[in-house]
Amino acid sequence: MRGCLAIYRRELLILKKKFFRQLASMSVGPLLYLVAFGLGMGQGVQVQGRSYLEFLIPGLVAMSSMTQAFAIASEINIARFYWRIFEEFQAAPIRNIAYVTGEVLAGITRALLSVVVILLIGLLSGVSLSYNIFFWLAVVLNSFLFASLAVGLAMVVKSHADQALLTNFFITPMAFLGGTFFPVDRMPVWAQKILHFLPLTHAAKIIRSSAFGLTPDRFSYLLLAGLGTMLFVVAFLCVNKAKE
Amino acid sequence: MIRIEKLTKNYRTIQALKGVNLQVNEGELFAYLGPNGSGKTTTIKILTGLANPTSGDAYVHGYHVVRETLEAKRQCGLVPQTINLDHELTVDENLDIHGRLFHMSARERAARIDELLDYVGIRERRNSPIKHLSGGMKRRVMVARAMMHAPKILFMDEPTVGLDPTIRRRIWSLVKSIQQSGSTIFLTTHYIEEAEFLAERVAFLDEGRIVAVDTPQNLMARLGTWALDEIVNGDMETIFFQSREEANRHLGKQQGGFTLRRVNLEDVFLSVTGKKVVP
Repeated sequence: MRGCLAIYRRELLILKKKFFRQLASMSVGPLLYLVAFGLGMGQGVQVQGRSYLEFLIPGLVAMSSMTQAFAIASEINIARFYWRIFEEFQAAPIRNIAYVTGEVLAGITRALLSVVVILLIGLLSGVSLSYNIFFWLAVVLNSFLFASLAVGLAMVVKSHADQALLTNFFITPMAFLGGTFFPVDRMPVWAQKILHFLPLTHAAKIIRSSAFGLTPDRFSYLLLAGLGTMLFVVAFLCVNKAKE
Repeated sequence: MIRIEKLTKNYRTIQALKGVNLQVNEGELFAYLGPNGSGKTTTIKILTGLANPTSGDAYVHGYHVVRETLEAKRQCGLVPQTINLDHELTVDENLDIHGRLFHMSARERAARIDELLDYVGIRERRNSPIKHLSGGMKRRVMVARAMMHAPKILFMDEPTVGLDPTIRRRIWSLVKSIQQSGSTIFLTTHYIEEAEFLAERVAFLDEGRIVAVDTPQNLMARLGTWALDEIVNGDMETIFFQSREEANRHLGKQQGGFTLRRVNLEDVFLSVTGKKVVP
C-alpha cells in the first residue's frame, strides 16, 4: 500500500508542478470541439431530443476521460526512457501491483480533472446536465479501463515513438467513432456492430444516459468494469517485461 | 554480505555474464573493474533486482535476489551510472519519494533528509529543482538518495563518470566516508586510479568472466614494483621489475625513448587480458 501511495504521490507532485500547463492543455481540445461542433456546426441541431451542445458535452466527457487517463502512458514513458526514473521504482521493495495501482490512480486523477474542466466549460456555455452518481461511476470506470491499458502498453513499448503510434491507431479513431460526436445508431448496421466492440461507445452511452437523467444500461457498466479489470491484470503482468 | 555463484546472464544472442563467482565481505569497499561491455552493470542490475539472472544464484546480506527479492532490495542502495532523478522535483522531494518507496515514516524521512543533505553538502539547495543543479551536485543527490533508507550495501555504478577531476575527488572523499561509517560498497569503474585509491579489494571482469580478484597491492606485487614502458619495433612494451635498481640495470646507458613508473592496476588488467581498461 505504501509503495502504491509513493508512486501516486510522485505523479501528483509532477501534476502539481505542471498544473496550469496541464489545465490549459486539458481545456484547449474540448473548447475547440465545443466551438466548432457545438456552437458552429451544431447550432439549432437537435439530437435525441436535445440540443447538440447537450448531446456533445457527455461525449466530450467520455472522450477526455479516455485520452487523459491514457496520457499516463506518456508520463511513464518519459520516466522510463528519458529520465530513467523507472529504475528507481524497480530497485525499490515494492510489488508490481503497487506500481500499477499507483500509476492507474494517477491516470484516473488526471481524467477526473479533465472532466471537471469540461463540465465547467459546459456550465459557462449554459449547459447544465445531471451529474449524478451513475455519471461519475461511468467516468471512473472509463478512466480505470484506459489508465490500465496505458500502463500495460507503456510497459511493453520499446520507445516513445511506439507509444505515439498506438495512440494514433487506437485512441484517436476511438475518440471520433465511439459515440462522442454523433449517435452510433445513425451509422450503418454493420458499422454499429463493429463500434459496439469499442469500450468508448459503451462509456459514451452510459455517461450520456446518466447526464440526461435516464436509466443507464447496466451491461455497459459491467463491460467496462470487466474489461478494465482484465487490462489491469495484463498491466500487472507486463511490468516484468519492462525490467530488462 | 554479497555472494554470487555461477551467475550467467544472456541477452538474446549475447552472453553478458559467463558463470561469475564472487564474495564481498561486510564493510568492504570492493571495486569491480573492466572495460565497457564486460558485464559490470549487468552484475549490479542482477544484485539490485533490476534484471533476472539466466542461471546461478546471488545473495545480498543473506537474501536471494530472485526468491527473496523485496527483502534483498531493502538491503541495497543504488547509485546508477546515468542520472535518474526527477528533474521537475526538488532535491527534498526526490529524497522524500525514495523514503516513501522504502516504507519510511514521515518522521524518519524528515530526519534522514536533514542528516543526508548535510552529509553530502547540499543543504542550501534542498528546495531547488534538480534541473537547476550542476552535474556534480546531481551526483551527490544520487548518493544521498541511495543512502536514504540506510542500506547495508551501497552499489555505485561508475559514480564519477563524466565529472571533472575536482568533483571526482570530492565524490571519492564521500565514498570513503560512507565506507568508514560501516557500509559495504560495491563500486564499478573504469577509472583505474579510482579503484586504486578507494578499493580494499578489486575484481577484474573481462567478457563476462572474472579474471582476477585480490587486493590492489597483491595484484600489483605479482608483477613487480616498477614498470618500464618502451617502444620496440613500433610497439609499446612494458617490462616489470621488483626494484628501481633492477630497472636501471636493464636500461644501462639508454637515454630517452622510455618511461619508468610505478606498476598500477591497469598493468595487472593488461597482463591478465591483454586489453586496456578504457571505454
